Amino acid sequence: MRLSINRFLVVTALILSSLVGVRAQEHHQEGEPGVPQLGGETAAKGKFNVGEMIMHHIKDDYGWEFAHGVTVHLPVILYSADRGLEMFSSSHLAHGEVHDGYKNVHGKIHRVNEAGVVDEEAKFFNFSITKNVASLFLSAAIMLLVFTAVSRGYAKNKGRAPSGIQSLLEPIILFVRDEVAKPSIGPRYEKFLPYLLTLFFFILINNLLGLLPGSANLTGNITVTLVLAVITFIIVTLSGNKNYWMHIFKPPGVPVALLPIMVPVEIVGVFMKPLSLMIRLFANITAGHIIILSLLGLIFMANNLGGMMTSLSISPVVLAFTLFLNLIEILVAFLQAFIFTLLTAMYIGSAVEEHHHEADHGIGHEGAGAH
Amino acid sequence: MDLLTPDLGLLFWQVIVFLGLFLILRAFAWKPITDSLHERENNIQSALDLAEKTRLEMTALKADNEKLLVQARADRDIILRGAKEASDKMIADSRGKAEAEGKRILEQARESMNNERQALIAQMKKEVVTLSLDIAEKVLRKELSDKSSQEKLVSDLVANSHLN
Repeated sequence: MRLSINRFLVVTALILSSLVGVRAQEHHQEGEPGVPQLGGETAAKGKFNVGEMIMHHIKDDYGWEFAHGVTVHLPVILYSADRGLEMFSSSHLAHGEVHDGYKNVHGKIHRVNEAGVVDEEAKFFNFSITKNVASLFLSAAIMLLVFTAVSRGYAKNKGRAPSGIQSLLEPIILFVRDEVAKPSIGPRYEKFLPYLLTLFFFILINNLLGLLPGSANLTGNITVTLVLAVITFIIVTLSGNKNYWMHIFKPPGVPVALLPIMVPVEIVGVFMKPLSLMIRLFANITAGHIIILSLLGLIFMANNLGGMMTSLSISPVVLAFTLFLNLIEILVAFLQAFIFTLLTAMYIGSAVEEHHHEADHGIGHEGAGAH
Repeated sequence: MDLLTPDLGLLFWQVIVFLGLFLILRAFAWKPITDSLHERENNIQSALDLAEKTRLEMTALKADNEKLLVQARADRDIILRGAKEASDKMIADSRGKAEAEGKRILEQARESMNNERQALIAQMKKEVVTLSLDIAEKVLRKELSDKSSQEKLVSDLVANSHLN
């Protein structure tokens, strides 16, 4: 009993400390370097800060740190109207150095003037191959290799039973086709199947890659989920038929007096659907990473608090929990890929549906409610 | 690169890579894969349909065979019965004919025997008459040496003549 209370206290402290870490960083960015901060400054003194560690892991970076001290410096690509395209290794920006008038200030590249002061006026675009972009390339390469191999398998085993990687992935492809695309979209599913398959495997592979130690947190990045959600939004909007638009601007069976309320609600719903897709995937994956990193951080926190022996003694418990959560994260990796794809299919289905029966009425709304 | 603010560089690469991935996979992976799956499903379906059709045909064929067999049995029975009737009739006919023939032959034989007998009797009567006349002549020749004996003879003859 005492143990569990203690654990609860430790976990609470941990969550609070991560918030402190974020706060500390924010403060720092606002330009108050003189005030000693709990998170940022203690880390500088060599003390372990779990919030900083977690943020470092789940956020993007200019180098890919596989393990402590083992970093691959990735290229920084910048474009500005006055200086054109510039490309150099991120190693030049490590440890706050200034390179060609650029400086990495808390994970963001700024232009600095001769005096070394950040020039906020300078406008430039940052197309750097960051850790996430590199991971994106890696996952794209994996997908290309895997699925061209699967495709070759179909050519090779024509009229015969599937073999190898083909038989491993065929059930998943069939699952996406028969359980996601067909029931949600209806007879016109084939047009949308390539997108759904790409989406499903892209999210799945990146979720799973993200679980590997030292890997990037791609699907837990709001930019990536934003792009996926916007593509879904564009597809739904472009394939929306008369029924779909009529359902938004003149919902059948709704009294005229209610239209001023219903139409804005429906319009908000149109944008809320991709927004919910974006936030759901981002939040689920990021939360999973934060929980696992927090658990592992417990060991180092124990080192801070009670020295080596304390951290050694809690390690087995922490490792057991981490292992358990990693298994759950594998489940979540599949689940979130499935949910994103299913909801996309449902939104497309509601946009291309031909006849509105009362029974089918709620599918889109149900989907939107299934957070 | 804060947690909740989209980053332009990553957005750019994500759009490029994801759309590129989508287009490449659609052309080189999803289309061949879904086409092959479709084709295989159609093959399996048509094979199943064919099997079902064959099964039905087999059943029909079996029913036909059964019917044919029953028909053949019935035909055989009819033919056998007909043959038996025919043979019975033939036997009966030939027996009747044989009987009639036998009767006819018997009748003929009897008739010819009668005729023979009549002829024999007539012959014998003639023979007897001739013989009697010869005897009578001889006796007469011998006996008619004297008158009395002649007369006696005649009367005897006469007396005996209706013995036959």
